[in-house]
Amino acid sequence: MSRLQVVSGKGGTGKTTVAAALALALATEGKRTLLVEVEGRQGIAQRFETEALPYEERKIAVAPGGGEVFALAIDPELALLDYLQMFYKLGSAGRALKKLGAIDFATTIAPGLRDVLLTGKACEAVRRKDKSGRFRYDYVVMDAPPTGRITRFLNVNDEVAGLAKIGPIHNQAQAVMRVLKSPETAVHLVTLLEEMPVQETADGIAELRAARLPVGRVIVNMVRPEVLDAADLELVRTVPRAAVARSLSAAGLGGARRGGHAERLVDPLLAQAEEYAERHTLEHEQRAVLGELGLPLHELPLLAEGMDLAGLYELATELRKQGMS
Amino acid sequence: MSPDPAHAQDTARRLAPARVLDLDPLLDDPGTRIVVCCGSGGVGKTTTAAALGLRAAERGRKVVVLTIDPARRLAQSMGIDSLDNTPRRVKGVEGSGELHAMMLDMKRTFDEIVEAHADRERAATILANPFYQSLSAGFAGTQEYMAMEKLGQLRARDEWDLIVVDTPPSRSALDFLDAPKRLGSFLDGRLIRLLTAPAKLGGRAGMKFLNVGMSMMTGTLGKLLGGQLLKDVQTFVAAMDTTFGGFRTRADATYKLLQAPGTAFLVVAAPERDALREAAYFVERLAAEKMPLAGLVLNRVHGSGAARLSAERALAAAENLDLAADTAEEGSDPAVEPAAENLEDSRIVDQDGGKVGLRNSPDTYGSSESPASRPGPPAPERPSEADQPTGAHQSVEQLTAGLLRLHAERMQLLSREQRTRDRFTALHPEVAVAEVGALPGDVHDLTGLRDIGNRLAANRPELPEAAGD
Repeated sequence: MSRLQVVSGKGGTGKTTVAAALALALATEGKRTLLVEVEGRQGIAQRFETEALPYEERKIAVAPGGGEVFALAIDPELALLDYLQMFYKLGSAGRALKKLGAIDFATTIAPGLRDVLLTGKACEAVRRKDKSGRFRYDYVVMDAPPTGRITRFLNVNDEVAGLAKIGPIHNQAQAVMRVLKSPETAVHLVTLLEEMPVQETADGIAELRAARLPVGRVIVNMVRPEVLDAADLELVRTVPRAAVARSLSAAGLGGARRGGHAERLVDPLLAQAEEYAERHTLEHEQRAVLGELGLPLHELPLLAEGMDLAGLYELATELRKQGMS
Repeated sequence: MSPDPAHAQDTARRLAPARVLDLDPLLDDPGTRIVVCCGSGGVGKTTTAAALGLRAAERGRKVVVLTIDPARRLAQSMGIDSLDNTPRRVKGVEGSGELHAMMLDMKRTFDEIVEAHADRERAATILANPFYQSLSAGFAGTQEYMAMEKLGQLRARDEWDLIVVDTPPSRSALDFLDAPKRLGSFLDGRLIRLLTAPAKLGGRAGMKFLNVGMSMMTGTLGKLLGGQLLKDVQTFVAAMDTTFGGFRTRADATYKLLQAPGTAFLVVAAPERDALREAAYFVERLAAEKMPLAGLVLNRVHGSGAARLSAERALAAAENLDLAADTAEEGSDPAVEPAAENLEDSRIVDQDGGKVGLRNSPDTYGSSESPASRPGPPAPERPSEADQPTGAHQSVEQLTAGLLRLHAERMQLLSREQRTRDRFTALHPEVAVAEVGALPGDVHDLTGLRDIGNRLAANRPELPEAAGD
């Protein structure tokens, strides 16, 4: 099992939720995971229903069996100062750099450096050991930028290593790339059973593979339960309205005769079923497309009650059951 | 469905409207020159921009849509296989207007700025600079600057009545608004002077004129970045120096353009917690920046033609049918049936008006109307009852139970969407909202885009009962 698990996905597919559930799932049996956020949205704090996270590693959840989940929302500016401090002991000089606008420059005008810092920080956490020589975290899960940007984001260090041909930035960039391109890392993509996200997933995988970044698994999120089976769907097209009206009436929903309560439900209910059938066909097609990617597929259910902390634990259990941890 | 007062009432029940955003007057107003669609990723922002552009064009305006990173299918839906940095006319637009579409090419846009603002030799130096090449090829962030730049260019050309802009899926929601300001503060900063100084003054000799602090900084930067990269950055900044003036003036002008009365911002969202949270953030930021917000476009809203039937009642009714089916099954197979349980079952069913009602309800009896008498153009011809094999009864009940469960699911979704929406409205009652009904599939052609435009303007979710009409 790779120690750095990167979770990406098209916007709106729930990648932050999946990353959070994965961090919980991996934190079983006394294991310790770090969940890293890089986009400054405080999505992790929202998922775990806690206050906004500062730039510090803090315990946010206890997993069944005594595992622990820590979270870190990386702030690029502070990460840069951190980094300068670590390598150069630049306390006051760091502040001077800030005054000069150099920090702004590094984190915004030359935003590639921002990505270097974000990936660098995550890789540092992967490699960090405590005094006894044991890894500080068994797993690091990263809630990464969306599919359209993930390859460039992870590959930024390659680009930087090419730009800065010598010096500490070059060395640091290469060290990060060594982790990211090794089996230590797995990049998972979250998708929905809809055309655009599936297409983007396929494109994203092709890009990751071309960049030789290790692709992990595809996680289909928010899968709707099957309410009508094939026989039902067949029947929807041929069933006499009156028969459905009588069934509705028998179920206690009023009169089946024309204009009766039950009778008036028939058309809208059948229309909803036709919509369901259309979606069902589309989902079936998209599943087939995903099947051709040659990657392990996992499916997570749509939670009827909406997403909350309990739902997060439910999804973690589901991931564990499906062997993702 | 033919109009029927009872149905009209059903139809009326959807997300309680706050202020309604009427999009047609906005699109028709010749004073509206720029519409900016912003919102978090995956909410249908680009599709909304394209649909609005098409609608405005078909209502007689000359429109250009600037998309940032359209899905291939969306580009194809406008009949263009590969959108590029030049506006292309979209074919098949009805009416007197015109629709042009383009996709932002960051590197190309950046190159154009350099070529426009620097003399040929200097431009060549910049374009060949490795630091420039990385920067322009799209380090995250460049997209935001270039989107703003492109918007400014399009507006300056003054060839279109209306520019509809899609915005990049920024990591932090409004990076594109910050772009001109950041650029400005960078250009005003001492860093740029520091970076340009050694190159201007001729390297080491020049350093003597700088104070000690500064030379320490360049030393540090050199150590940090490596000598070559620092040199590349310095050459780049020095070469761009003259270019920056124009760059900056335009960034400022674009920012002002966004605040001007001819601009309308639309925040796009879906009725989901995260998307609406981002939307609220957008609304607040836009207000803080004094940007003119027209309203919120809420995509993928669900409705139901049978909204009067609650999820709870639908589920209870489905259970009634299941129980009746179980009882019937057990009754037909005496070998397996434990008598006591069977008794109990039928008692429950009877209480709910189930089993007895199943065959004997007078309501049911009177309703042997033929499906052909169904009002409105009938959907696929349904066989008359006489054609149904008698054994089909059971599966019709199963199907009906399924229909009811499906409906319960829909109603749960509806109320979840409503709660989410209400939370947003409570925070921002001043924001007008246009709702767009959820579609089962994606848009594949101009017709699909037109349909979305209709839904946007009609401002009520397409209800399932109308689907067969």
